[in-house]
Amino acid sequence: MATHPGGLTVDAPAVRIRDLDRSFGEHRVLDGLNLTLHKGEFVALLGRSGSGKSTLLRALAGLDYDVHGTGEINVPGKVSVVFQDSRLLPWQRILDNVLLGLKAPDARRRGLAALAEVGLAGRERAWPNELSGGEQQRVALARSLVREPELLLADEPFGALDALTRRRMHGLLRELYRRHRPAVLLVTHDVDEAIALADRVLILHKGHIAAEQAVDLDGERGPGDRDFARIRARLLAALGVGADDDKDGT
Amino acid sequence: MTANVTRAVGAPTVSGPVVTEDPVHQDAGASPGVGVVQGTATALGPPVPPSTADRSASPGTAGERENRSLWTTLRLWTTRAAPRDRVPGAPSPSRLAARTDRKAFKPRRPRLGPGRRIPGGALLGPFLLLAAWAAGSATGVLDPRVLSAPWTVVTTVGDLIANGRLQDNLATSAERFAYGLVLGVAIGTVLALVSGLSRWGEAVLDGPIQIKRAVPSLALLPLLILWLGIGEGMKITTIVLGVLIPVYIHTHNGLRGIDSRYAELAETVDLGHAAFIRRVILPGALPGFLLGLRFAVTSAWLSLVVVEQINSTSGIGYMMELARTYGQTDVIVVGLVLYGVLGLLSDGAVRLVQRRALSWRRTLAG
Repeated sequence: MATHPGGLTVDAPAVRIRDLDRSFGEHRVLDGLNLTLHKGEFVALLGRSGSGKSTLLRALAGLDYDVHGTGEINVPGKVSVVFQDSRLLPWQRILDNVLLGLKAPDARRRGLAALAEVGLAGRERAWPNELSGGEQQRVALARSLVREPELLLADEPFGALDALTRRRMHGLLRELYRRHRPAVLLVTHDVDEAIALADRVLILHKGHIAAEQAVDLDGERGPGDRDFARIRARLLAALGVGADDDKDGT
Repeated sequence: MTANVTRAVGAPTVSGPVVTEDPVHQDAGASPGVGVVQGTATALGPPVPPSTADRSASPGTAGERENRSLWTTLRLWTTRAAPRDRVPGAPSPSRLAARTDRKAFKPRRPRLGPGRRIPGGALLGPFLLLAAWAAGSATGVLDPRVLSAPWTVVTTVGDLIANGRLQDNLATSAERFAYGLVLGVAIGTVLALVSGLSRWGEAVLDGPIQIKRAVPSLALLPLLILWLGIGEGMKITTIVLGVLIPVYIHTHNGLRGIDSRYAELAETVDLGHAAFIRRVILPGALPGFLLGLRFAVTSAWLSLVVVEQINSTSGIGYMMELARTYGQTDVIVVGLVLYGVLGLLSDGAVRLVQRRALSWRRTLAG
């Protein structure tokens, strides 16, 4: 897929999208979208529902079959996707779910290591039904990471979790990112989540990137932080939401 | 009002006595003790013992006394449910209080579910049936020409085993059943896979199979006899035709019911076509297949009975048919019991496989 044969040179971007158009029938979802992700960069994509976030992510994942569109997409060879639902096969044990489709001689060892990394060591023989929602999503993270992706695509991965579990998952994802350093594109509608996790936040509006905001926070990122509040206000304004409308952080 | 608060917190049954308040009211209105009763009922004051006052005021008929005692119980309930002398603005009753109220009301509400399971209840019906049969035979109500006595049936089983007829016929029947079931399940599964995995396969296969489904297998029997004669081929073909339909229908349904999101997942993890079928499609369709298998087993026995009673010279069905011409109801009953036992055993076997193979499912059935 990569246009540069030596896609692993230092300055080559992990993802480059040019003039991407996607439409469902008459409705144009993505309209001349340009986007570049650097290697090892954590980018969050914010947008209202229907702004085309998922369409963009599915285009990057190569899952858009019945969609009409043009444009240029360059993605690395190893792409992993984390969906909003954990999407574990209920008839496969946890470890088999993690290893699904992985062809490597030491797959089992790597799978066990990935499960340990997400805090599920010793649960490899469990059925997905026996895990809580948060644990299932951690298995999904392990399944993505065991493939050592250069690009991790996450489509509202914590959207179905309760607030407390979501906070814990933020910490885990940030930690896993620090250790493995893939490029990450996190699609979310939660402004706080975007600021808490990403290094750069993009806002998708009317089918193209309408605004961009670097998150230059170090250390603890919390809503109590002054810089956090500043960035949050700017993002909300870009989304066209007054601070008063934003009661639940969406 | 405190009473209202209690209702809102968690004792919906409070409305029970409140509703019954009315008829009591009216009844009391007709009785001599009008003033007393109505006074206490409407004025929500402290629980004056109204019934005693009432009783002393008038002797009353039996009906009235019943009304009054109902009223007393009602009074007791309402006072227990909501202390009515509570001043407005006083702290509302705690959750705990509401709980205890509910407990107090529990007997008032009829239980809607079927209740607890009776231990060994599954055997009760069959046992009663057997008892009635034995009683009928022992008292002579049941003529042996209509239905032999249970003990005759038992001795007949002994005779049939002793002269080898039972084993021979059972072996023949079991063989037909096994051939028909195995072939039918195999064909049904393959057809379901072809039709479930490819749109072309579905377009070509599904229509004819749905048409076949509408035609009872047994209605094809005359044609099958013309084509295949009356030998084993015809018998097994009939069973196969009966078996493959439920296997096809349920497996196909299971395949189509697999969440398309799993296909998406398989694409993102670069699962090959063969691995996709092995890891996603087949396990996903397994619950449907096993359900189909249960129906198939029943269907196989049904077809077996019919083909063995027509133009046959061996098998349980033949044994029964022969017994009919000689009026041996005991042998017929032996055949029936045999079919029943075999049907139960085979269904139990499939259910066991089901439980083993689907242990990943946590359903209500457990």
